[in-house]
Amino acid sequence: MEAYLDNSATTRCFEAVKDIVVKTMTEDYGNPSAMHQKGVEAENYVKEAVARIARTLKVQEKEIYFTSGGTESDNWALAGTAYAHCRQGKHIITTVFEHAAVSAPLAALEEQGYEITKIPVDKNGKFSMEKLEKAIRPDTILVSTMYVNNEIGAVLPIEAIGRLVHEKNPKTIYHVDAIQGYGKYRIYPKRMGIDLLSVSSHKIHGPKGVGFLYVNEKVKLQPMILGGGQQKGMRSGTDNVPGIAGMGLAAEMIYEGLEEKVAAIRENKLYLAKRLSELENVVINGPKPEEAAPHILNVSFLGVRSEVLLHTLEEKGIYVSAGSACSSHKRAGSATMAAIGASKEQQESAIRFSLSEFTEKEELDYAVEEIQKVLPVLRRFSRH
Amino acid sequence: MFKAFLIKYAEIAIKGKNRYIFEDALVDQIRHVLKEVDGEFRVVKERGRIYVYAESEFDYDETVEALKRVFGIFGICPTVVLKDQGYEALSKEVVSYVKNMYGDREMTFKMDVRRVKKSYPMTSMEMNAELGGDILDACPNMKVDVHEPDVLIHVELRDKIYLYSEVIPGPGGMPVGTNGKAMLLLSGGIDSPVAGYMIAKRGVKIDAVYFHAPPYTSERAKQKVVDLAKLVAKYSGPIHLHVVNFTDIQLYIYEKCPHEELTIIMRRYMMKIAEAFAKQDGCLGLITGESIGQVASQTMHSLAATNEVCTMPVFRPVIGFDKQEIVDVALKINTYETSILPFEDCCTIFVAKHPVTKPNLKVIKRSEENLQEKIDEMMAEAIETAETIVCE
Repeated sequence: MEAYLDNSATTRCFEAVKDIVVKTMTEDYGNPSAMHQKGVEAENYVKEAVARIARTLKVQEKEIYFTSGGTESDNWALAGTAYAHCRQGKHIITTVFEHAAVSAPLAALEEQGYEITKIPVDKNGKFSMEKLEKAIRPDTILVSTMYVNNEIGAVLPIEAIGRLVHEKNPKTIYHVDAIQGYGKYRIYPKRMGIDLLSVSSHKIHGPKGVGFLYVNEKVKLQPMILGGGQQKGMRSGTDNVPGIAGMGLAAEMIYEGLEEKVAAIRENKLYLAKRLSELENVVINGPKPEEAAPHILNVSFLGVRSEVLLHTLEEKGIYVSAGSACSSHKRAGSATMAAIGASKEQQESAIRFSLSEFTEKEELDYAVEEIQKVLPVLRRFSRH
Repeated sequence: MFKAFLIKYAEIAIKGKNRYIFEDALVDQIRHVLKEVDGEFRVVKERGRIYVYAESEFDYDETVEALKRVFGIFGICPTVVLKDQGYEALSKEVVSYVKNMYGDREMTFKMDVRRVKKSYPMTSMEMNAELGGDILDACPNMKVDVHEPDVLIHVELRDKIYLYSEVIPGPGGMPVGTNGKAMLLLSGGIDSPVAGYMIAKRGVKIDAVYFHAPPYTSERAKQKVVDLAKLVAKYSGPIHLHVVNFTDIQLYIYEKCPHEELTIIMRRYMMKIAEAFAKQDGCLGLITGESIGQVASQTMHSLAATNEVCTMPVFRPVIGFDKQEIVDVALKINTYETSILPFEDCCTIFVAKHPVTKPNLKVIKRSEENLQEKIDEMMAEAIETAETIVCE
């Protein structure tokens, strides 16, 4: 039996998405910028994808820009805003537990003279609104937060943050990294005060290598990739038609009957959480499972190193992700686990389970049973 | 311009009656590395020389890079091959070759003409003088220096005429396969691939053993070792890599023996298993990447304790090297980048906080008595179930 419980890393493509990807690679493979019929056909796929995505967000089609994925969307949102608004100020606010696709470009901007303020979170990953309010200044050009934390599933109060940011400083731009949130929540940027929104395709059963950035029409953003002037000169490069068409369809499909599907994923996750907490020496990291995102569960099996359990489970066809990868030479702990104040023991033994709409209860039973079997053996041989 | 390479070999030229064995091995090895290069080549032994002839268009840089990995080659000389069309034609070719190679640089040269085909109408001495004169006339910045020339211009008059002046250094050593075979204990680290390279350089064919300990070591750690074996194989020729599942033995030792002795006892069993494979593969020795004092298991006492289980000679070519010296070789042979990839290997995960650095053999043997019940059976099974991967 196989249990794929690493859907926050990547997901299996929808069948229909695969079909449209294949079709746009082998039949309708034109370059959308070409003047002939083949180009027009390809362009239609792109237009349809834009329309599909815009509908899920209730935004205008011209506010969607395609990128090579979540990381590019995040990088562009941050650097593009910082460079376009540097005369207005150089202050940027973010949180302590962002994904590297946000924290790394911000660190680079810091080296270029921007000032970065990081808002802390508590042990449940709860974000401090008071501290955010105090941090916003007249020269704050950008606030960037994630929607859902990728490691512990903490959900940020996006709407409240959006409101607060714009009340305190109407000029400040609010960027949301929604890579783990899109396809799990209904996200309406206009209503929620989101100016920029980063999304990745392969987390929602779409193909890899493609993503998008929603850019509110009023926001000034500096293009980062220059060239042939595609996408109104904002992001050059031949449109990745198979990726874009696939992502558009995946977006539409993931939002069909979202509430029921998410409820089922959550039910599965709560079931997994309950069964795992019945085992000895197990700690659930971050927010309470019912308060966290529907698909992410982070658990420490105290006394068993993450990677050892991961490799043991892998032999049984169970795929999970290690909370923090570390070896005996280098201890590169995770920023999120440190931010929520997890103990060293918790950090070394953290495993992330992430579910999708394809996850079956049988897979969870199988995983729990196997974990139950191997834990005593692995605990006998722990490092002293 | 170049259609051939003259291969110079040093050490093997002095091997007396066995010389042909070395030359044949060298030819074989050259053919082997050239298989991967774009182009058709003919490799021939001719009167104490080895020539590589390009029979088609070929990639010059790739060819030289490949030849630089063949042990036994002392120098690689890119050679122009000419038909004999009389002195005038030859002189023109030589002058244009010199201009091509050295342009207008100010430098000194010396002619070295060898007349192998004695029917050629001019003697070597005459040719040296004439060709040297023609070069001086054509290249005003060139001067003759017969004692310490910057460049020696060789012209060999055979059935065809061979013209070369550049000698690209080869790796030296002896052709692989002329000195038997040895079994390398390959970990994922920096040292063992270097050790394998150094022994292969002396003409020894190599096979290898890797101790895999899932789930304590990952599939990626194993892949890394396979990748390292492939990098060493670029010099040594194909390596048969035996991947031994060592987990059960490791856990058994962990349960039955004092933790601070774990590494030493583990290494003793690794040596025993490696030796079993060595015998199976017809090897005459073992190779390790140990260097005195580098870690607890490589102190003199530890090395002696590990060595004690072996009946075959154990070669430790980097024994006297400092870490940086080993790293320098690893960089040269292009294994360093792969070696430093951060995956667990089975030695690191079970390391005690304070392992013994001066193991007492009596004490170790007493601890090993605790393993009597199952260890022979487990070793037999580990050997039986090992996976063999051909890395080339």
